[in-house]
Amino acid sequence: MTATDVRTKVLDIIADIALDDDVTTIDDSVSLREQLDLDSMDFLDIVMELKKRHKVEVPQEDYPKLATMQSCVDYLSPKFQALA
Amino acid sequence: MEFKTSYDAIVVGAGMSGMAAAIRLAMFDRKVLLIEKHSIPGGLNSFYRRANRNLDVGLHALTNAVPKGTRGAPLTKLLKQLRIPYENLKLCPQTYSLIRFPEKTLSFSNDFNEFDELIKTTFPEQFSGWTNFVTAIKDFDETNLQNEYFSAKEKANEFLSDPLLIEMVFSPLMIYGSAWEHDMDWSQFVIMFKSIYLEGLGRPVGGVRTIIKLLTDKLKELNVDLRYSCELQSIESVDGKVSTVLLKDRKLGELSIQTQQVFSSIGLPETMDKTNHKEANIRAGNMSFTESIFFLKEKPRELGQNATLIFHNNRDQYLYQKPKTLIDDQSAVICLPNNYHDDNEFEEGIVRVTFMANNELWTNLSEEDYKAQKEIVSQKAKALVSTYFEKEATFIFDDTFTPKTVTRYTSHYAGAVYGSPDKTRDGKTAIDGLYITGTDQGFLGIVGAMLSGISMANYHGLQGGAQ
Repeated sequence: MTATDVRTKVLDIIADIALDDDVTTIDDSVSLREQLDLDSMDFLDIVMELKKRHKVEVPQEDYPKLATMQSCVDYLSPKFQALA
Repeated sequence: MEFKTSYDAIVVGAGMSGMAAAIRLAMFDRKVLLIEKHSIPGGLNSFYRRANRNLDVGLHALTNAVPKGTRGAPLTKLLKQLRIPYENLKLCPQTYSLIRFPEKTLSFSNDFNEFDELIKTTFPEQFSGWTNFVTAIKDFDETNLQNEYFSAKEKANEFLSDPLLIEMVFSPLMIYGSAWEHDMDWSQFVIMFKSIYLEGLGRPVGGVRTIIKLLTDKLKELNVDLRYSCELQSIESVDGKVSTVLLKDRKLGELSIQTQQVFSSIGLPETMDKTNHKEANIRAGNMSFTESIFFLKEKPRELGQNATLIFHNNRDQYLYQKPKTLIDDQSAVICLPNNYHDDNEFEEGIVRVTFMANNELWTNLSEEDYKAQKEIVSQKAKALVSTYFEKEATFIFDDTFTPKTVTRYTSHYAGAVYGSPDKTRDGKTAIDGLYITGTDQGFLGIVGAMLSGISMANYHGLQGGAQ
């Protein structure tokens, strides 16, 4: 699975949660919280959706690694690879 | 639907909080059964049809009515959590509302600066205290589940010295949510202050039916087993943990279903009475109401009234309490649903008048007296409304409900619309796996009720509970 595939999967989840935000203009290096209306409840939803849709588990201590789109892709890619 | 023999969670009551809790749990693959005693959803915010007209119960206004895209607001949080796009709510803002006392009148709209300015001109010597009071409110974290309970009036007295201003500011907030008489819990006051004055009021086009439809559509999409005319009989526990729930279904009779989690929205004392942990010290609430609904030939605007809500009070003091008579006719809320910004929905004028009422006195009336007294309430409401119109209104049809009606359709003890004065902020009870959602968990209003269901489902069901 390529980094682009992982990005798409994460973006699909974010688009379903921040459903009134425009997710097409996300800057991958800037914090997601700054660009979108996402709070801690929403990050928990991202984690739960990753588990539900892709069986990817994110332990609580790793939540900061989901801060930007780039850090999401970097952190999640090996996890997706491991499942493939 | 067919009942399964066991569920991950059973949600009791298909009102706003119960439906929201069920949606969240089902969204993350919990098997959920949602039961409702009545034959339709909504609970305290429901609807009925009479004389070819749609009538709403509850929902004078949706609080927290911020515009689309307002970050961090409760309404936006709620919509995101339930995956409902803002537009689907079809929210229409209020024009303005009046707080009318004998000596002074205040008005507020969804622009808080207007209210601020008006307080400056109406209570000039109070204004610096007011500004500090508003700052204290804005800075307070009202949804923290660990907050202690303390008096909002005492807090207000630290900043404001004119009792009239305090009474006027408190009146809409109390009558739209307080289970305490004469005062409010500070956290609940802050919730209400922010949701009404700072964020504003609106109404979904179509009223409460629009919200209920959004929620029931979600429930269907998520395959929640939703069963109407199905009543909770008892919650059984083993070693202090929920094990089984006994139900009485109108068609199937008694049923026993296994589960480890129950989310109950029927009220704290009402819930505990269904367990073997009967707790005598949880009080039933005292605050109940009558409401008269009138249909007019003219729209209120044509009669010279443009306000959306009128908080009418004929005394210098605001007596928020169970009256010693059937109703307190010196104080009322008048709701004019035509006076939201978009009024294409109704062909007729609609007026709703709410009085504080005494449940026991209503309950103890003979059938004949009950009918007669309902008619008297309706006449009093009509007379009051007429004082707010410049021209004579033509009344076509009316209906009145009382605390007795509330008890009958919602099963809340004593017709208590805002539940028990005793809340369980973290939703926990003496039984492991049994949680309280809705007004007795302590978030207020329709938005608060839904957020309560969401928070309790997240906290106990998804983050820490079974599985």
